[in-house]
Amino acid sequence: MPRPAIKVRPELAICEHCDSVHRRLPLERGEAADCKVCGATLYRRPMLDLDAMLALAAAALIVFVLANAAPLVTMESGGTTTRGWLLTLVATTWTSGVGAVSAIVIGTVFLFPLAQITLYFYVLLACRLKLPAPQFVNAMHWLRRLRPWSMVQVFLIGTLVSIIKMSHLASVQPEPGLWAFGVLTILLTALGTFELRELWVLREEAQQA
Amino acid sequence: MSRIVRGIEHGLIGCEACGLVLERPAQGSECPRCGTAVHARRPQSLSRSWAFLVAAMILYVPANLLPVLHSTKLFESWSDTILSGVVALWEDGAYDLAIIVFTASIVVPLLKMGALLLLLLEVQRGGRQLPRERALLYRVLEYIGHWSMLDVFAVALLVTLVHFGSLANVEPDSGIVAFGAVVVLTMLATMSFDPRLNWDPPRRRATPLPAAPAVNPDAAKDPLSP
Ligand SMILES: [Zn+2]
Ligand SMILES: [Zn+2]
Repeated sequence: MPRPAIKVRPELAICEHCDSVHRRLPLERGEAADCKVCGATLYRRPMLDLDAMLALAAAALIVFVLANAAPLVTMESGGTTTRGWLLTLVATTWTSGVGAVSAIVIGTVFLFPLAQITLYFYVLLACRLKLPAPQFVNAMHWLRRLRPWSMVQVFLIGTLVSIIKMSHLASVQPEPGLWAFGVLTILLTALGTFELRELWVLREEAQQA
Repeated sequence: MSRIVRGIEHGLIGCEACGLVLERPAQGSECPRCGTAVHARRPQSLSRSWAFLVAAMILYVPANLLPVLHSTKLFESWSDTILSGVVALWEDGAYDLAIIVFTASIVVPLLKMGALLLLLLEVQRGGRQLPRERALLYRVLEYIGHWSMLDVFAVALLVTLVHFGSLANVEPDSGIVAFGAVVVLTMLATMSFDPRLNWDPPRRRATPLPAAPAVNPDAAKDPLSP
């Protein structure tokens, strides 16, 4: 027996926080619809269009490379200058016997943000050029799963705290890599404002057209 | 006050992954847009959330008692826990830093565990008080979840710098691993909790979705008609 097709109600929106049903309303650019029951955001129309988001994703990729290629900090002590990159952090914590810390750093500051940027690039490009992207659904699922585990902004503040803590012991200087992480934080936050649910809708519209 | 229309009362389910609203899908059937299995409520939400929360609370003890840093300088050697690190910052006069680290490493994890405990107990007890406030609390939990990782990153950089500078010998210690695990576990506990439970009357939690109508699904009353 063939399974009956599930009926969909695209004209409705259900609040994921309180399960209340709402009728979808057309929004202006940059507007968001809030649930009147619990106050959570139901859906929003992004401020930026696809082209701008693509540009943001491309910029984020470049800045990500810079942030990892440039040193984060230099320290002078006893006449020697030493530099620390993100990956030196991963290596030193690994050899210091706290492998879990090393894994948290490489995952939340390197691998997940990199995957996030690449996946954003892929899904945005697929929507923009109306490409037949066979991995679109998988990419969207991974974007949703990775979102809470990408912690560039927390890393930035943690690093600053540590630099200030150290500054009375030795001369510690922030380096371009750290500023690049600052820019990356801003770019990732901007990318994050693009609601994934809206991308699903855009994708459907692109496929129907 | 107008009556609130709930999805579960009308067989409407919003897909958790893509937000598409489905009408009377069989429990566990796949969303036609994204292929995710749809459920009226996350399966085993409460037991999973409890498991992660209890594990986090247990690990919170070693995370605070075990040293996070072990330092040696000439003939001196000492260990720092998270709290003694904050105290040292305060005594050094770095009040702003002490407040940042105290908030991120001590206040936020405690508040998170307390808030989750409150949400879980209230849902389990079938309490229906202040659902709006509990919904807001959950959204705050989701938002601040990862900020407690701050101390883990700070320790990682500190160790790296000291390692190179040969000022002193600083080794990270097991406390920081336990602390990182607490942060990850509380994040998992928050994600497992289904905020829609905050609004459900106690009875309905056990009963499944209303069955698909046998005759004509279109004859079903439109949930939005008055
Ligand atoms: Zn709501
Ligand atoms: Zn879906």
